[in-house]
Amino acid sequence: MHELSIIHSIIETVEATVAEQDAVVEVERVLLQIGDLAGVEVENLEFLWPAAVQGTVLQQAECAVERVEARAVCLDCNGNFALKNYFDACPVCGSFWKEVKTGEELKIKSIELCVQPADAVATATN
Amino acid sequence: MCATCGCSGDGHKLTTFVPTGKPRNIGALQVDAGVMVQAAAGPPTIHAPEPSKTLIEVERDVLDKNNRLAERNRGYFEARNIAAFNLVSSPGSGKTSILERTLLERGTQTKFYVIEGDQQSARDAERIAAGGTPVVQVNTGKGCHLEANMVHEALRQLDPAPGSVVFIENVGNLVCPSMFDLGERNRVVVISITEGEDKPLKYPDMFRSSQLCLINKMDLLPYLKFDLDALKAFARQVNPELEFIELSATTGQGMENWYTWLNNQKTQPHPN
Ligand SMILES: Nc1nc2c(ncn2[C@@H]2O[C@H](COP(=O)(O)OP(=O)(O)O)[C@@H](O)[C@H]2O)c(=O)[nH]1
Ligand SMILES: [Mg+2]
Ligand SMILES: [Zn+2]
Ligand SMILES: [Zn+2]
Repeated sequence: MHELSIIHSIIETVEATVAEQDAVVEVERVLLQIGDLAGVEVENLEFLWPAAVQGTVLQQAECAVERVEARAVCLDCNGNFALKNYFDACPVCGSFWKEVKTGEELKIKSIELCVQPADAVATATN
Repeated sequence: MCATCGCSGDGHKLTTFVPTGKPRNIGALQVDAGVMVQAAAGPPTIHAPEPSKTLIEVERDVLDKNNRLAERNRGYFEARNIAAFNLVSSPGSGKTSILERTLLERGTQTKFYVIEGDQQSARDAERIAAGGTPVVQVNTGKGCHLEANMVHEALRQLDPAPGSVVFIENVGNLVCPSMFDLGERNRVVVISITEGEDKPLKYPDMFRSSQLCLINKMDLLPYLKFDLDALKAFARQVNPELEFIELSATTGQGMENWYTWLNNQKTQPHPN
């Protein structure tokens, strides 16, 4: 269940970003990038998300996940191939020696904020 | 266009974007990028300034904070010339038993320190402390792995001497600890031969991220149908560079090879 730790890390980063803004902001969307070999179960993340973000800046936010296909370069024949698991062999020469090029990403790409202008807040509270 | 009064207000910084790939939506609330969200709904005659959208390109690793703390721990170890090892396995593979024997048989030559990670109880720390080695127990509660900040805290209590060896026994779990760098010099995965040969295929991340695999409970080999070669072949599929040492914490067989490996690590320069 490290997906919960992952969500907590995301909340921390977003909270820090929100704190840097001088206006009142609402977080509308977080875009994550998760590679197929990142070791994160997106279904699990999705399941845990609503409860984990309760009472945080992400409570109202949409979370979008961009998946990244895993690809590796074979260290024996230099072939470039897609893989589903770390134990997949090079489809050309059968070697297990490979350098994984993509698919290990676990990143926060962007955060979309809705910024309330200072005087709008003032108007609303008048 | 202003949604409140229909005027065409300017000064709106509207940023919309279309994520590449096929995004999946998580969470109940769906906000349409590009659609104005209305601010305080005042009377229509009042032109309230509209909220604007800002896109912040964060481009940061989700585990960035843990990774940075791990690097700090690594720097601390390097500065004091300490070799730190992160021991990971399923529950019951024999991590604590291997440590107990190591401390007993090598404790006079090398100064050891231990950080014990368990969800609950101080039982493992008590087992280590019984032999006289300084140990700190970290209870992770519901957490199923150690994180770099926990090790950082434990190190402040332990204050390991320069030139020593620090063993970090992670929470018994072959999944989650693989994602969390603690700042260790090497990750050591322990598997006992009472587990299946196919563990490396079932838990590839852990075998991929480890440098050494200790195959424990070798004393039980005569009683089990365990295919040692199959285990190694599966593990090498995941990580062709993985080293293996067969041993038994109970009888002590093979422990010498483990000590030699430890010594080699200590005398080699720190990997980058
Ligand atoms: N037969 C045998 N039993 C072992 C060996 N190493 C550990 N055990 C037993 O396995 C159980 C779990 O060991 P422990 O060290 O607590 O595992 P940990 O959860 O990985 O720390 C204990 O009952 C140990 O006595 C071994 O080499 N051979
Ligand atoms: Mg233990
Ligand atoms: Zn977990
Ligand atoms: Zn190849």
